[in-house]
Amino acid sequence: MTQYLAKKAAILIGSLFLVTTLTFFLMHSIPGDPFVQDKAIPEEILKALHKHYGLDQPLYIQYGKYLDGVLHFELGPSFKYEGRTVNEIIADGFPVSFYLGMEALIIAVFGGIVLGSIAALNHMRWQDHMTMIIAVIGISVPSFILATFLQYLLAMKLDLLPVARWGTFSQTIMPAISLAALPMAFIARLTRANMVEVMQQDYIQTAKSKGLNSFQIVVRHAIRNALMPVVTYLGPLTAAVMTGSFAIEKIFGIPGLGQWFVTSITNRDYTVIMGTTIFYSAILMLCVFIVDLLYCLIDPRIQLKQEIDGR
Amino acid sequence: MNRRIASGLVISLLFTGCTKTDKTYRPTSQELRLNLHSEPPTLDPRKATDTVSVSILNLCFEGLTRRTPDGKVIPAVAESFEISPDKKTYTFILRDAKWSDGKPITAHDFEMTWKTMLDPSFPCEFASDLYIIKNARIAKSNLGSLNEVGIQAVDDKTLIVQLEHPVPYFLDALATHSFFATPTHITTTYPNWTDAHYVGNGNFVLKEWRHRDTILLEKNPQYWDRENIKLERVTFALIEDESTELTMYENGELDWAGYPLSNLPTEALPSLEKQGKLHNFAISGTYYYVFNTKEFPFTNANIRKAFSLAINRRSIVDNVTQMKQIPAMSLVPPTIWNVTPYFKDNDLAEARRLFELGLQELGITASDLPPLHLSYNTVVGHHKIAQAIQEQWHQAFGVQVKLENKEWKVFLDELTHHKFQIARMGGLANVNDPMTFLDYYRYLSNSNNLAQWSNLKFTQLLDEADVTLDEAKRFTLLREAEKVFIDEMPIAPIYFYNGNYLKKSYVKGIHLSDLNNLDLKWAYVELNDTVSR
Repeated sequence: MTQYLAKKAAILIGSLFLVTTLTFFLMHSIPGDPFVQDKAIPEEILKALHKHYGLDQPLYIQYGKYLDGVLHFELGPSFKYEGRTVNEIIADGFPVSFYLGMEALIIAVFGGIVLGSIAALNHMRWQDHMTMIIAVIGISVPSFILATFLQYLLAMKLDLLPVARWGTFSQTIMPAISLAALPMAFIARLTRANMVEVMQQDYIQTAKSKGLNSFQIVVRHAIRNALMPVVTYLGPLTAAVMTGSFAIEKIFGIPGLGQWFVTSITNRDYTVIMGTTIFYSAILMLCVFIVDLLYCLIDPRIQLKQEIDGR
Repeated sequence: MNRRIASGLVISLLFTGCTKTDKTYRPTSQELRLNLHSEPPTLDPRKATDTVSVSILNLCFEGLTRRTPDGKVIPAVAESFEISPDKKTYTFILRDAKWSDGKPITAHDFEMTWKTMLDPSFPCEFASDLYIIKNARIAKSNLGSLNEVGIQAVDDKTLIVQLEHPVPYFLDALATHSFFATPTHITTTYPNWTDAHYVGNGNFVLKEWRHRDTILLEKNPQYWDRENIKLERVTFALIEDESTELTMYENGELDWAGYPLSNLPTEALPSLEKQGKLHNFAISGTYYYVFNTKEFPFTNANIRKAFSLAINRRSIVDNVTQMKQIPAMSLVPPTIWNVTPYFKDNDLAEARRLFELGLQELGITASDLPPLHLSYNTVVGHHKIAQAIQEQWHQAFGVQVKLENKEWKVFLDELTHHKFQIARMGGLANVNDPMTFLDYYRYLSNSNNLAQWSNLKFTQLLDEADVTLDEAKRFTLLREAEKVFIDEMPIAPIYFYNGNYLKKSYVKGIHLSDLNNLDLKWAYVELNDTVSR
């Protein structure tokens, strides 16, 4: 087990290093300067700014300094948002995105599994068709269209919820639903497909012949096996919803982390681009790692040791 | 992504368009609820460069002077001032004004703030606004000492400023954020003062700043003229999405939407206009196309003029932008002086004549002309205008124009390195003086001279205007310079900017300035008004 964990950790750190390096050099290769605006600033002032932020030094030195900072968990100051550090930006934005992401994840997972199970147990009947229509809509309608539609319906017309902003639970409902729609539909489809297959297995027949009712069969025997692909999907999904969505945060005015991924690039805010990318990569890898561990909890047949030998 | 967001916008607007009546909201206190369309990059007046930061700074700070709603400049933190006969030395006597923490505002605060901005090691992008002060540029370029800069606090109450040359708009400039003082007793103790130790001297004081979420201002109890401030609180939501802002406004959650703090979604404008809700305001700014005068065929002045004359500006503002802008046939906008069009809009006959003449001078025929490149940053509005002009030029001269849209920073990078033929640009004034627009082209070395155009007579006229003390005569010189400029047409002016906004009927006394400023000093909320429009 320790050997396995050590190896995983080494791969994680290696990948993070690779991501950092690639992003750093790609970012500096795109044209544009953090301080150039439509109202041009005199040469001497631009030079002073570059010097202040260390952009006048050769790229490899900047890279070395940045890596050194990352090792000390210092992600540097933002170039655009004066006086704010990338650490602060992440510390401010992440909890918001995390909260919203978890809410969306709960809706997606529970909603998806319930819908998928209903569909599977009523295979080829109207319940099945209904849920699958819902799933297709969920997958094909983009989140921002759903978001504006919800705003119109629930806030403008029915006056049930506030239009936007952040702070109270009621303000989280519409963004969470918008975020959850797509993964929920996806999970519903995954669950249904696997559940249909599992329900035809011999051990389910055995359970049935023992006289268990269908609720017990599903909850105690079927779901566990049907969920393996869902768990695989949960890793990247969790990382994605936890770090926020650009469109949803923009529409609802949510001060999360998602917007920084996009605006930092349009601003050429180098340190923020690097910081958010590294942070996201780390979260993503961590989630995938946790999923690996979860496999063995759900399915005792998978053992970590085998996986090591397998590689 | 932009396209996807745009389609989402359209859908939402289809719906918002249907709602004819806004929800009623009954204001119960002197609170104004506004939306600022993005997080201010900084609230340090020394470092601010953008309109978002400046809109908050104008409320939290006040300069030596202030512009009144009718455009006059009156003393503010200064109680009085004296101007030397050569108009190069200004002596200000400060009134007994206080910072919001109760400490007195001194002349030293002004001296130290401005000198910090001019310190070569201090990151201040718009330090060049201070270059009208004697030796300021030399100090910022590290070629001279800060002690030689013409700013001197004689005592706590007296500030003497020496200028490089007479600047008739200096008192005007003092009212802008570049010349605000910062509380030096705070800034020296807390380098990150904008986060936790914010102190200002304006009508309002910053109470809370939740990043990307809310900015909360309250009436400044220490403000010298506090008796005249009626508003108790001003809250700013920081929502970027324009259609969310409009929905919130219509849902009674905001008292104002659009200019100058944000924009209304373009798609919603026609329907808002039809409902008679839309307000329109002229801004000191010009939207134009820059010709790269170092790039064939725009090296030729007649070709440049031909292309400018062939544009149908009236049709663009009526059919493309649809925001009631004024077509521009000159550089300096009508908010600054009475505009005289230097040429006729869409003068095809003259345009074709100049085009032929230009081709002759270049020694080529129309068929030798390679496809031309028109670049602009990726924004739907710019794209639509470019498409219209592409068609107009094609019809006028049969030329092929290729449209190239670029991501904002890539676009700016190409502009500053002069890698373009024709590019869209816009200029906004920071003071209401023609010089703001003309000065860009005085020298080739000015980094704002994107056209790379220079003309000896033009430069001489501006130099002469600099030393002309008589206001009327100076304006005559500047007008003559503008005529020289348009006669060579390094840029093709298209329209003068304006802004659109919505406001609830209970909101009173807000003054807009043509410099993108929302003045809330005299603003208030009518409490017994329930009709919302």
